[in-house]
Amino acid sequence: MIRGNSRSVDALIYCLLTLVAFMSLAPILNTLAVSFSGKVAAMSGQVYFWPVDFNLNAYSQVLHDRSFFRSFGVSVERVLLGGAINFLITVLMAFPLSKSGKLFPGRNIYMWFIIFCMLFSGGLIPWYMTINKLHLLDKIWALVLPTAVPVFNVILLMNFFKGIPKELEEAANMDGAGAWKTLFTIFVPVSLPALAAVTLFSIVGHWNAFFDGMILMQHKEHWPLQTYIQQLIVDMSSLMNATDAEEVKRLSNMSSQLLNAAKVMVSMVPIMLIYPFLQKYFVSGIVLGAVKE
Amino acid sequence: MYNRASVWNYHLMLLPGILFLIIFSIVPMFGVVIAFQDYQPTLGIMKSQWVGMENFSYMLSLPDSRIILINTVVIALMKILAGLIVPFLFALLLHEVISVKFKRAIQTIVYLPHFMSWVILSGVMINILSLDGIINQIVQLFGFEPIMFLQSNHWFRPLVVASDVWKEFGFSTVIYIAALTSINTNLYEAAAIDGANRFQRLKYITIPSLMPTVILLATLALGNVLNAGFEQILNLYNPIVYQTGDIIDTYVYRAGLLETQYGLATAVGLLKSVVSFLLITLSYALASRFANYRIF
Repeated sequence: MIRGNSRSVDALIYCLLTLVAFMSLAPILNTLAVSFSGKVAAMSGQVYFWPVDFNLNAYSQVLHDRSFFRSFGVSVERVLLGGAINFLITVLMAFPLSKSGKLFPGRNIYMWFIIFCMLFSGGLIPWYMTINKLHLLDKIWALVLPTAVPVFNVILLMNFFKGIPKELEEAANMDGAGAWKTLFTIFVPVSLPALAAVTLFSIVGHWNAFFDGMILMQHKEHWPLQTYIQQLIVDMSSLMNATDAEEVKRLSNMSSQLLNAAKVMVSMVPIMLIYPFLQKYFVSGIVLGAVKE
Repeated sequence: MYNRASVWNYHLMLLPGILFLIIFSIVPMFGVVIAFQDYQPTLGIMKSQWVGMENFSYMLSLPDSRIILINTVVIALMKILAGLIVPFLFALLLHEVISVKFKRAIQTIVYLPHFMSWVILSGVMINILSLDGIINQIVQLFGFEPIMFLQSNHWFRPLVVASDVWKEFGFSTVIYIAALTSINTNLYEAAAIDGANRFQRLKYITIPSLMPTVILLATLALGNVLNAGFEQILNLYNPIVYQTGDIIDTYVYRAGLLETQYGLATAVGLLKSVVSFLLITLSYALASRFANYRIF
């Protein structure tokens, strides 16, 4: 009796979890199906989770869209440059900060400074004006230098470094290795999973960022992909503040729902490609970062 | 005790990062002085006229200020609450699953939206919520008129909270799952021997062992009371729903960068920064005092 009851509870739990998982994927699946559907079917709302009048028109149009690919290129450039800068800064800052105050007098002053920078900000306008004053507007550097120090990643890696056995470093010092050599020949090689986690964090952050591109890049040619998509879809939909339903319908046809669905899908591809790694290292990275004194 | 050469190298290693922080974090902090000026870009900070607290008193006199503050706090609190409860329940369900493969498959799916930007997820939301979208198809199946969801003050806040849950609930379970795996399995075995059924085990073992995590997360969430989600709302809102959806950050963006009221926007931003800073400091102090939590 109890066993039977338990089994039906199990079945209920499995169904519930499957339903929740389906619901979190459903919006994306629907957009995917729309992107492969015929124009009429998409506009008249016949598409659920399978394309109606399957065709690749939207995708071939995306392939011929030069500004889409130019923005794609800007994003790739930003990820490579920004990711490299983030990586270097994270490693260089995490190592000294992982030392105790005894081994590194001044460590705590740096730590408080960094935490203060993380928690307090001058706000959007002074930040924008600073970048403007530095003549960085419209340059790729505006997208990678202001975000050069990923404070969260630094703290994560610092906590990981703290967990590395002291004996390793002492042995290296005994052999005459200085701070730089110890960092790059001992700490970096034994921290690969943690480094993978923080690097993926920064890659995803750079790929997904749109707001800095939107306010710091004045020319369309310099927009990263997310900014391009944002201006295309989201801003278009905010034009639809006409209260008249027919007007809204006309505008939404103009914004070409179908094409936008295809663009959204293509811009997901890079994240999808690294998703297996993301899942593996993000979760372990979060757990690793939780190693405390 | 310490090695002089190493310490010198430590300072050197920190130098580039510290320089970037000074340029892009500290310098803008001095820029907040324009909150007390009638700032004119052509005159610059040095020559613009000082107006004392005028920007702040003007801000308080604006009829929108109250609405914006209420929107911000209401949306943020709803998100905090939903963001604590949904992952908690989901983690409990997942904990009951024995099959590792099934568990992993579910996790793989529900983590996905976390890694997508708000631009992409808003694109998806706009697609499914449009008049011809799938949601309105379902609405019509039940015999109702199609709804313009994102243009409705009735629906906007719930949609913001729901889409935030959609993006983050899966990933937020990671912390709960970590706490669940650290429960000593002896407890469950002992309870089983004593004849406890699964609901009793849930009630007397699982939930109590998650409570410290819930309390810690709730305390830390205090720092987010003024963060209603700038990127999300910027991508979902439109002038029709300013009444229920305009928040401090979107207002600062529009007033400052679109309408070039630099002094006013900086004043609003400064007020938010100060209050947020105090709230975060308070939440960390509480968390370290009562939950022994340290981030560094």
